[in-house]
Amino acid sequence: MNRRPVFAGLDIQIPRGKVTAVMGPSGTGKTTLLRLITGQVMADSGDIDVAGKNMRALTRAELYILRRRMGMLFQNGALLTDLSVFENVAFPLREHTDLTERLIRQLVLTKLQAVGLRGAAQLMPAELSGGMSRRVALARAIVMDPELLIYDEPFVGLDPISLGVILRLIRRLNDTLGITSIVVSHDVQEISTVADQVFLLSGGKVVAGGTPQELKTNPTEIVKQFIGGLADGPVPFHFPAPEYFDELLSRSEDL
Amino acid sequence: MFAELWESFTDALEGLGSIVHFLYRLVVNSPRVLLRFNLISQQVFNSGALSLVIIMLSGLFVGMVLGLQGFQLLQRFGSGEALGTAAAIGLVKELGPVVTALLFAGRAGTALASELGLMRATDQISAMEMMAVDPIQFVVVPRFLGGVIAMPLLAAIFSVIGIYGAQLVGVQIMGVDAGSFWSQMRAAVSLSDVTEGIAKSLAFGVACSLIAVYQGYYATPTAEGVGRATTRTVVTSAVVILFLDYLITAAFL
Repeated sequence: MNRRPVFAGLDIQIPRGKVTAVMGPSGTGKTTLLRLITGQVMADSGDIDVAGKNMRALTRAELYILRRRMGMLFQNGALLTDLSVFENVAFPLREHTDLTERLIRQLVLTKLQAVGLRGAAQLMPAELSGGMSRRVALARAIVMDPELLIYDEPFVGLDPISLGVILRLIRRLNDTLGITSIVVSHDVQEISTVADQVFLLSGGKVVAGGTPQELKTNPTEIVKQFIGGLADGPVPFHFPAPEYFDELLSRSEDL
Repeated sequence: MFAELWESFTDALEGLGSIVHFLYRLVVNSPRVLLRFNLISQQVFNSGALSLVIIMLSGLFVGMVLGLQGFQLLQRFGSGEALGTAAAIGLVKELGPVVTALLFAGRAGTALASELGLMRATDQISAMEMMAVDPIQFVVVPRFLGGVIAMPLLAAIFSVIGIYGAQLVGVQIMGVDAGSFWSQMRAAVSLSDVTEGIAKSLAFGVACSLIAVYQGYYATPTAEGVGRATTRTVVTSAVVILFLDYLITAAFL
């Protein structure tokens, strides 16, 4: 078991009703941060408050009630593969409400309309492209009208058109429904068009925070490296290794 | 050396503990899931109905071999007419439950384990947790109960087809008298023989389904991890089935 701490001295405030982006190099624990916020893992020490509730103090049942007020978009959509698009979006409603079939149909169709996929309602997840799956997953994430919507790397592997669609959806859902949004990503350009506020994580803590503009003019080395996409800097290009020449010239056969 | 042995012993105990705890969670959640008939019926279909062809074919051939071997053996003692009894007891008490369980582990158990492992690998399990739906209740328990319900039914079908297979060879080909084949069987096979068979197939149903869903649910979410979970399901199930078979046989003596 690896007991290396992921975060040390992390302090972060996510304002209600805004789009907050969390950026950082791979392996800095962005996804772990999301899992902490959603209570999928518990922190060894420190406190996490979501909607005024301390995650550590919640029982399992209370945690499940709190999660009904959250929606999460997973990297690959995470649609249930044995259900159709319609049934995937209807799934939370069927599990948590006693709505009539007619009402469920109305709700599902309006959410699918919002992501532009009403026409795909009868398709199975395997028949969808990557961008479409993510849009269906987004419809599913908003079907219970959450107060908090979490996006885990929503832009990875999307073509420019699907990417633009997702970006606009994030902004529009936030503005029209007043949802608090957290977007984890390392796509600097995309994020700066949609986020109200950006946090840059590195080495287990926040190294910079502010609006996308403030971050662009931030003079710190690590921020410059990340925003500018420089190969070497405070985040080293090389994985720790013995001296290059020593290793090349050594007679040893093994690595 | 001793330290390593001790470590593997405690590891094994830990594994046993966690699977028993998992079984406890499944049993605690079962009553609530039993109310959702469609979830369970779908899994009985997946584990049971989809295994029917392999079970029926195997039952037929095992029965035919039993007819052939049994007749050869019994004829040496001049009691070829007892073939019906021998085949029925062999199938109902032993071969039916055991062979069905071994086939079930290979057909349905691997399907369960890889399905759950892939659901974990593709974040479907996490997505359910995020939608405040307990994956144990929605995914694991229905699959577990589906297997537990399907196993005795499959074993019964296996035994029935096997008896007809033995009849086919013994009566139609080897010339055992049909009347004595059936009447001796009815006279000699008692209720306790059938109960033993049912007890075995129920126990195998619980063991096979539990091992499959446990391995799948806790599989490492990679291609290699899911593959290993599937292999482990078959290997562990086979050993546990044969071990339980001995225990239950001894208990019914």
